[in-house]
Amino acid sequence: MKRKKVVVILSCALVAIAGIVLAADHNDAPAVKGQATDVTDLYVFQGQNTDNLVFVGSTQGLLAPGATPGAKFDPKTLIQFKIDNNGDNVEDLVIQAIYQDGKVNVFGPSRPSHTGARSKIEKEDFLGSVPVTPYGASHPIVVTSSNGIKLFAGPRDDPFFFDLDQFHMVVAGQASSFNNPGKDTFAGTNVLSIIVEVPKKLLHASSGKLGVWLTTSTQESGHAD
Amino acid sequence: MSKMKKKLKIYLSWAAVLVLFAACKKHEPVPSAIFYDQADQIARPAINTVFISPADKDKFNGATPSQMAAAFGSEMKGNLLALNPGYTTNLLGLTADQFIGVLSTDVLNASTTGKTTFYDGTNVLTGRALGDDVIDVELTLLFGGPDGHANPGLTSDHVNGNDVPFLTGFPYLANPH
Repeated sequence: MKRKKVVVILSCALVAIAGIVLAADHNDAPAVKGQATDVTDLYVFQGQNTDNLVFVGSTQGLLAPGATPGAKFDPKTLIQFKIDNNGDNVEDLVIQAIYQDGKVNVFGPSRPSHTGARSKIEKEDFLGSVPVTPYGASHPIVVTSSNGIKLFAGPRDDPFFFDLDQFHMVVAGQASSFNNPGKDTFAGTNVLSIIVEVPKKLLHASSGKLGVWLTTSTQESGHAD
Repeated sequence: MSKMKKKLKIYLSWAAVLVLFAACKKHEPVPSAIFYDQADQIARPAINTVFISPADKDKFNGATPSQMAAAFGSEMKGNLLALNPGYTTNLLGLTADQFIGVLSTDVLNASTTGKTTFYDGTNVLTGRALGDDVIDVELTLLFGGPDGHANPGLTSDHVNGNDVPFLTGFPYLANPH
């Protein structure tokens, strides 16, 4: 009886972990899997300068080193940090990034003309362009805008860590729990990241709190450009 | 050339100029009339993968936070209880309804006045730092019960940090492998 219960709990755990594996969002999306629009993770944290907040948005996960030089941002994929600063879960500010000719153009933080699932580039709030740091560069290329916002775009180590292999063992019924110590399956893999460090005062948090989400959007068809 | 023909010629030249203008406009770096449709989204780690049923994953990725609780709340609660039928409360003292209430509006909360962490034992959902062990936090909240100690084989993957050190300054993430 007890054994049966353990098995049930374990099977449930497997399913749960099955989800988490691809975690945080690595390949969770059938429609965008393996494409430039496939997001992996969002991080938001206080910068080295504690007056600033750092936004990290990553795409195209599980890139082996050999696949990383060929991984590119897409000129028709808009990457956005959406920021709610008054607690209603609707974006009040957006920071937008889109690739063009070897660099990433960044717009914002901008009050968006359109909220929700359909977006426009907020051209009037062009912030700056940052060249994509090439794979193998000894130093990341960083651009700082006139209002103190720092920009980076390019391949990075995937900061996510998780024992995916042991998960597979558990799923296959070859193990009943995680190992201790575990083994980080994401070790040695890369992502394509947009990283933006913003002075907090530009974010106008109404009660010291923000709600943030990361989106990728595809250019609507029918436009010749 | 008749007067009529001349007039037509003038019109045509104007049309040519307009076409030329239109052509130039096409080469603007960011055409203003173009819209972009949401393809994927993420806020807190693993919400879609754990709590959304396979058939709805793309739908969730196209959703906006303010619509999520109504559209996905009951599905998420069902999946929580399917994953852990013994769920009572978790380390945060949240019932299934309360836990899903927090999770079903998927935004990553971030403090602009203090420490930013997913969960450090004191601060809850004030951001997500690079070194936060979000998997262990989520496993513990799912399987660890009220004291976090239930199902001990499942509440940690025992990978407690990244494989390479992060940078102390911008851009913080390590160079690619």
